[in-house]
Amino acid sequence: MTEASVASQAAAKWRKKRGSLIMALHEIQSVKGYVPWEDAVEIANGMGVPLARIYEVLTFYNFFKLEAPGKAVISVCTGTACYLKGNDKVLEEFKKELGINEGESTEDRMFHLQVVRCVGCCGLAPVCVVNGKTYGRVTPGDVRNILNEWRNKLADDKE
Amino acid sequence: MVKLKIDNYDVDVPAGTSILDAARTVQIEIPTLCKHPDVDATAGCGLCICRVNGRIMRSCCTPVSEGMEVITSDPEIVDVRRTVLKLILSNHPNECLTCIRSGHCELQDMANNFGIKNSRLPSLNKKYEIDDSTKAIVLDASKCIVCGRCVEVCQNQQNVWALSYLNRGLATRITAAGGINLADSPCIKCGQCSAHCPTGAIVEYDETQKVWDMLNDKDLYTVVQIAPAVRVAIGEEFGFDFGENLTGKTYAALRRLGFKKVFDTNFGADLTIIEEATEFVERFKMNPGSLPMFTSCCPAWVDLLEKYHHDMIPQFSTCKSPQSMVGAVAKTYFAEKMGLDPAKVRVISVMPCTAKKWEIVRSEDMRSSGFQDVDVSITTRELTRMIKQAGINFRQLKDEDADSPLGEYSGAATIFGTTGGVMTAALRTAYFYITGEELGQLDFKEIDGLEGIKEAEVDIKGTKVRVAVAHGIGNVEKVLDRVREAKANGEETPYHFIEVMACRGGCVAGGGQPRVMMPDQPKPRGITDDIRVKRAKGLFDEDLNAKNRMSHHNESIKALYAEYLGKPNSGKAHELLHTHYVPRGLYNK
Repeated sequence: MTEASVASQAAAKWRKKRGSLIMALHEIQSVKGYVPWEDAVEIANGMGVPLARIYEVLTFYNFFKLEAPGKAVISVCTGTACYLKGNDKVLEEFKKELGINEGESTEDRMFHLQVVRCVGCCGLAPVCVVNGKTYGRVTPGDVRNILNEWRNKLADDKE
Repeated sequence: MVKLKIDNYDVDVPAGTSILDAARTVQIEIPTLCKHPDVDATAGCGLCICRVNGRIMRSCCTPVSEGMEVITSDPEIVDVRRTVLKLILSNHPNECLTCIRSGHCELQDMANNFGIKNSRLPSLNKKYEIDDSTKAIVLDASKCIVCGRCVEVCQNQQNVWALSYLNRGLATRITAAGGINLADSPCIKCGQCSAHCPTGAIVEYDETQKVWDMLNDKDLYTVVQIAPAVRVAIGEEFGFDFGENLTGKTYAALRRLGFKKVFDTNFGADLTIIEEATEFVERFKMNPGSLPMFTSCCPAWVDLLEKYHHDMIPQFSTCKSPQSMVGAVAKTYFAEKMGLDPAKVRVISVMPCTAKKWEIVRSEDMRSSGFQDVDVSITTRELTRMIKQAGINFRQLKDEDADSPLGEYSGAATIFGTTGGVMTAALRTAYFYITGEELGQLDFKEIDGLEGIKEAEVDIKGTKVRVAVAHGIGNVEKVLDRVREAKANGEETPYHFIEVMACRGGCVAGGGQPRVMMPDQPKPRGITDDIRVKRAKGLFDEDLNAKNRMSHHNESIKALYAEYLGKPNSGKAHELLHTHYVPRGLYNK
């Protein structure tokens, strides 16, 4: 499937059903991880919905992402246990190392940083999760190692 | 009809009326910053709360019901309203002194009325980058109270869909799709957003300083023209009633500002009619397949056509607008006649319109004199600021006349400023061109008034000419659909000639007109149907009393053709007075 056809297929599938704009947008995001401008334009043309309305929907629901997320998604838990155990300092360290804020991705699209509330293993607090791999009892000193581990892993995947 | 009690007064109103509107029938103006008579209630601001059968409810979106008892004001209601107002103010900059809306701002009025002195709430106001990309309207989202009027107007009334909400909650702001610049969006610069905005969030792109600089440059020869709709609105800023026609005083004020010649866009309107009626008659007689023909004097309509309706481009009259015609003629014919170097001539136009600022730079055709034909286009609001700045006592001015030769005009020209006016003017002259006789009945009641789409059939010596008039640009869609449908079915065109104006009511209600509140005008500042009708009447009355009511009897226009242009639609006329259209995309990103 080429990139452009995701949107045109979603548009064709949903155009006859009233109020299904959000379903078409969901389909694009589930394939691409976000909704690019070009795809939104394609949906606008294909479904006959003004682009202005599409962006009203896209920016109202914070589920939708307008930019490509990073390849490695770092989730820093700030639930009660992790927060008390000092995960706020870990979060600060990630921000400093990556030069981004929570909810943002690095310019090279390598990392995306997000904050979550409890991942269900408070015994390991403070906890961070990167693409499903859980790190327990994290300290700010571990941050650089975690990032390097994923940089190497993503580089290997490329090769 | 529904009977209810509002503040113990008996009220009898049609079912479906909102409490807010019902209260007006007993002279009670419930405060609101979002509800405007032109748009549906968005329940955005929360100021219009009332006690309805004991419960606090928003009166803008609550319809009346039989036996209802409404209290519009008591200490608790006032207290809640004051709190709501403080919350709105906590997200609004404290910049009234340097805001272009100061003195004309609904939020400022409201803060004064409620005696808000200092609010203890901390400011949450965020600075956003100001979007002046269109060079016609300016959007400052930090001054926006998210009332939603502009979005309602842009999306539903105008059907343009340039403006939209971005994000949600406190982070909500008004922008073009996804936060891009308005210049890259489908915005047609009609300025109806600014005409309905209660604050300084959407205003005209101010170019008064450019005009001052030209006036102060002794090497330049700066002339001015005023549009028809300006004369019936400008007085509102100086205490005259809505719709009072103040042509003579406006000329006098312009002369005092230092313009070398005071011309009238109405001269250009007569010229437009000569060219456009000739074009229409030619199409009607020689090439009926090229009908309907659309009028082209509204720049916002031109912009919409080029963006949204590419298939209709061949139906468009190639005539430039009166503004552009005056510019082209001033820098050629007039400059030659006066022995002026056209490079030193500056043409300023005063328009009721923000889209006119865009029109003067729309394409290379707008430089037909070899220079930019109109140098600066300012709105009525900008002119009133210049008059006040110069300390001119407008009220006391004696009427003066416009200068020759671009000052003479007919009654047909002055009604260009209202819906139905261009069509009426064109029919008078087209009838004369087709039959060689004058129309007996000069007015067409069917195409007068505020109905969104108006139709008429004119009998031209046995031949029926079907015309339509659309205003409030959202209405044009239905007309276009009818034309397309007939074409697809191989039927005859439903109309031969169609007038379109982007703003409801036409130019009298343009995006650049004053927003004055009169003591007996308790409705929101800015445009309402009441004011539209009054301003239009000011123009129709002038036409009714004019010595000459036909464009083709304008002596200065006859001289212009005899001395310079040759015949209507001649090669020279085409070069200076006509333009062409190109399909353009909705978004440039």
